[in-house]
Amino acid sequence: MNIHEYQAKQIFANYNIPIPTGKMIKRAEDAKTAAQEIGGNIWAVKAQIHAGGRGKGGGVKLARNLEEVEKYASEILGMTLITHQTGKAGKLVKKVYIEGGVDIQKEFYLGIVLDRTAEIPVMMASTEGGMEIEKVAAETPGKIVKIAIDPLIGFQGFHARELAFGMNLPKIQTRSFSKFAKALYEVYSKNDASLIEINPLILNEEDQFVALDAKMNFDDNALFRHQSIEAMRDLNEEEPTETEAKKYGLSYVKLDGNVGCMVNGAGLAMSTMDIIKYEGGEPANFLDVGGAASAETVAKGFEIILEDKNVKAIFVNIFGGIVRCDRIAKGILEATKKTEVGVPLVVRLDGTNAEEAAIILDNADIEIIITASDLADGAKKVVSAAKGAK
Amino acid sequence: MSILVNKNSKVIVQGFTGKEGTFHAEKCIEYGTNIVGGVTPGKGGQIHLEKPVFNTVKKAVKETNADTSIIFVPPAFAADAVMEAADAGIKVIICITEGIPVSDMMIAKKFVDSKKAILLGPNCPGIISAEEAKIGIMPGFVFKKGNVGVISKSGTLTYEAANQVVQAGFGITTAIGIGGDPIIGTTFIDLLKLFEQDDETKAIVIIGEIGGDLEMQAAKYIKENISKPVVAFIAGQTAPKGKRMGHAGAIIAGGKGTAQEKIEALKDAGVAVAETPAKIGETVAKVMLKR
Repeated sequence: MNIHEYQAKQIFANYNIPIPTGKMIKRAEDAKTAAQEIGGNIWAVKAQIHAGGRGKGGGVKLARNLEEVEKYASEILGMTLITHQTGKAGKLVKKVYIEGGVDIQKEFYLGIVLDRTAEIPVMMASTEGGMEIEKVAAETPGKIVKIAIDPLIGFQGFHARELAFGMNLPKIQTRSFSKFAKALYEVYSKNDASLIEINPLILNEEDQFVALDAKMNFDDNALFRHQSIEAMRDLNEEEPTETEAKKYGLSYVKLDGNVGCMVNGAGLAMSTMDIIKYEGGEPANFLDVGGAASAETVAKGFEIILEDKNVKAIFVNIFGGIVRCDRIAKGILEATKKTEVGVPLVVRLDGTNAEEAAIILDNADIEIIITASDLADGAKKVVSAAKGAK
Repeated sequence: MSILVNKNSKVIVQGFTGKEGTFHAEKCIEYGTNIVGGVTPGKGGQIHLEKPVFNTVKKAVKETNADTSIIFVPPAFAADAVMEAADAGIKVIICITEGIPVSDMMIAKKFVDSKKAILLGPNCPGIISAEEAKIGIMPGFVFKKGNVGVISKSGTLTYEAANQVVQAGFGITTAIGIGGDPIIGTTFIDLLKLFEQDDETKAIVIIGEIGGDLEMQAAKYIKENISKPVVAFIAGQTAPKGKRMGHAGAIIAGGKGTAQEKIEALKDAGVAVAETPAKIGETVAKVMLKR
C-alpha cells in the first residue's frame, strides 16, 4: 500500500524526524489561512498523488506571497497531473500540501528498501539529492552508498558511520545524519514499510537534516497489525475495480487489451496473459480467482471483467486441483444466467473432474460458450473470437 | 528415488484441526503420506483424523519422531510456527500459508538456516514425490511417476506443467512449489543441486515468474553445475511494470526482474525455454529424446 507525502511526514514527525511545517488542504479557499498558520514568507504548494515526478508535471509550485499560495492551490487542485509514473491518463489531484520554505545548504538522497537478494533491508544514501536515483545508479553508481541492515541487530552506529564516511560528510553533519538515519530505520522496521525514499533530503543552514520529500510503501501482508496506517489508505488513488475484487478474495489488475481472462492461480493467470499475446491478442486484465475457485468467485469474476467495456471475449482457464471442474462448470452456467455476459466465453477446464465438466457445458448448449481442449486451443479460440467481435 | 520427502517421511501437520489443515491432511493421508500426527495449541491429547494432536511441535517430535512438517497456520502466526518447527528439530518444513509479513519471514528464515533445516514456501503448494508422499495441496493424480523433477514458483502452473509432462509420455520424480513471496525458504539452486544428485531424475523443469532475481541465480548455477537437461518457463512476459501480479513477489520493480532478462539468462545457460506455457510438455519431450 502507498500513502501520500503529507501522511509519510506525519509518521516521520512521530519519530522526531525533522520535517518542514506543513498543512494538507482540499479546497483552494483554505490555502491562505493554512499558509498564514505555517508562517514565513515563502511556501511550496505540492500536489498529493501516489506518483513521483510531480514537480516536472507542474504539480509543485513555489509561492512568494499569500495570493500566489491561493492561486497555485486553485490551479493544482482539480488538475489532472501526468508524470512518468502516472501513465497517460494521469491522476486527478484532490489534495495539496502547503509547506513552509526551508533554507537549503545541500541536497541528498536517503532511502530504505528490501533487498530481495540479500533478503534484508538496505539503506541507500547519496550526495546527488534531487536527481532521479535510478539515473544516478545507472550513470554514477559510485555516488550511492549502500549498507545492508541485519534485522536481528537493527541499525547500529557503524551503519551510520559507513554511510556518512561514504558520502564524505564533515563531522558536524555526521552526528545529525546518524540520528536521522537511525530514526528512519525505526520508521521502516516498526511500521512494516517496504520502501522509504526521501529525495531530496536537505541539509539546512544550521547543519540539520530535514526531509523535504517523503515516499513510503508498506507490506500489504502486515497491514493487519497497523490499523493507523491502513486508515491512511486513499481509495481515490486505487483502481476501484481492483479494490472491489480484493473484497471477494480476487486479485485483479486492469490492462489495456480486449481479451478478458479468468484464471485460478497467479502463475497460471500471468501465463494465460502471455499466451493470449503470443496468439496475437491483447489481454484486458490479470485475474486470479484463487487456487480454490468456487461458483461464487467465478460469478464475481465475470462481473468485474465485464465492467471493462473494451472486453470482446473472455477466456476462462481453470486447472482444477482441489477444486472440482464440474463445480466450476455449474458456476459458469449460473453466472451466465445471473449476469448478462454478452461476449463469447471460451472455457478450458482441466484437472479434477474435467470430463464431467465438459459434459455439463455441452448439455447446457449455451450459444456464447466455446469449449477448449487445452491451454493453446483456448488461447487461439479466444483471440479469434475477440477479433471477430464488433 | 525422489528428493527431500518419500514414503518414509514422518509428517506432522501444524494447524491440524483447522478447516484448511483438516481438509488437506485428509487428502495427504488418502494419497498415502505418512502423517503421524498434528499440532494445535490447546487441543493436545485429542485424536483428529485418527491421529494424535499435540500442543507443541516439540512434544509431537518426541512422541512420533516426526522429521517433516506442513504448516496451515494463519498468516499472523505462521512465522512463529515455522520457527517452532525448526526449534523442535524438524528437518523439512513446508509452509503453505499465504500472506505472511515480509519482516516476519526475514527473521524466521535466518533462524531456520541456523538450525540447518529446509523450509519450502511460504505461499506455496508444497511438495510431492510421485506415488510416495504428497505433502501439500496439489491434486495428487496429476503427478504420475517418472523421471522429471519440477521446481516452481507457482501452484496451478505446476499442475499445468506436470500434466503436460505426463501427457507427453513422461512422469515426475518430485515436484516442489517454492512459493511466490519476496522471501522464501528454499530457492531453485538448492533444489537443482538435489535433482542433479538424484539418479532417477533425468531432466528438470523450472517454472519462474517476474520479480526478484532467483531465476538469474538459477541460470548462473545451471551453467556451472548442472549436467542434466533443464527446461524452463517464465510467466509474466506481458505483465506491466510496477504492478503486483497476485503473488507478493511478482512485481517488476525499478525495471528489474523482467521475464525477458530471465529468459535470456536461462537460454544463455543452455536451458530449453518453452515459448508458451502450453509448450512445457513438448519442450521436455524434446530434451528427453535428445538425451
